Amino acid sequence: MHIAEGFLPWYWCVFWYALAIPVIAYGVIQIKKVTEKQPDSKPLLAVAGAFIFILSSLKMPSVTGSCSHPCGNGLGAVLFGPAAVSVLAAIVLVFQALLLAHGGITTLGANDFSMGIVGPVVAWLIWKGARKAGWSPSLGIFLAAVMGDWLTYVTTAIQLSLAFPIPTFGSAFVKFIVIYAYTQVPLAIAEGLLTVVIFEYIMKLRPDILVRLKVLKPEEGKKIAAEAD
Amino acid sequence: MVSKVTKRAIILLCIVAAILIFPLAYYNGKGEAQGYFGGSDDQGPEYIETTGYHPWVQPLWEPPSSEIESLLFALQAAIGAIIIGYVLGYWKCQSNMKRRKEKGEVPQDQLKWE
Repeated sequence: MHIAEGFLPWYWCVFWYALAIPVIAYGVIQIKKVTEKQPDSKPLLAVAGAFIFILSSLKMPSVTGSCSHPCGNGLGAVLFGPAAVSVLAAIVLVFQALLLAHGGITTLGANDFSMGIVGPVVAWLIWKGARKAGWSPSLGIFLAAVMGDWLTYVTTAIQLSLAFPIPTFGSAFVKFIVIYAYTQVPLAIAEGLLTVVIFEYIMKLRPDILVRLKVLKPEEGKKIAAEAD
Repeated sequence: MVSKVTKRAIILLCIVAAILIFPLAYYNGKGEAQGYFGGSDDQGPEYIETTGYHPWVQPLWEPPSSEIESLLFALQAAIGAIIIGYVLGYWKCQSNMKRRKEKGEVPQDQLKWE
């Protein structure tokens, strides 16, 4: 989903920056607030960021015969909300743009919009929906992570079709969807499973933090803690 | 004893491995020369260049070879892995200590020289 350096006309770069920056600013405020109120959620925030670091560095083969990488953005979105993930994703994207020539500084706004905003918002909404429907936390986070990852790539396809509607937006969209979103389907499922693995460990070790972050209901957290003993 | 969560983790990781091994087995023998296993992040720009667009800025710095690139990607994954391992290990030890204390065992948190 990394749009390479220089591969968006300058006015689209400005446009996506303008959309991403307010969210990142709001995310910084939110992170400050939550870490002041719950100081022991800091290591959990580090885990959410580290998860994005690992997953976005792993380029995996897909059934379409090309390779792509997961994003890791669903975990952070469920734990800390989408705005916090826009900050974590920005850190990863700057690292990759400067050291790996993967993505770019001009396209940072666009890439953060797909990986740090749309993906996490979708993941967060699906998590909320799944919880409302009474599904288990593991199933909820699986669906959230799968769709967060996949919608990140769909967003990239939309961004590129908007910038290069050749000959029309629709036909360009079909082209980019084939490149990005088809390849991503099995990888999104893999990301969902990996997110379940780490989430279940977090749930087992520190259900109390998850309850205080309002990720789990108090009675659920206490039940998990009782089972672990 | 392997905990319930670890058992589930092993099963889920096996499924992830199967998802990733399948394309490798299915396209076995084919490689980059035949157009397989390239990155979708590279295919996008390749297609855009066929429309006659040329990037208007170049990256400030590019890894000079794929060796250096894989070094930096491995570094990125290692940074993430060490943080997760550290935090989960710390929490795991916390809960072990708590359990030992509850059982009345002496917590093994002293340095022992002999």
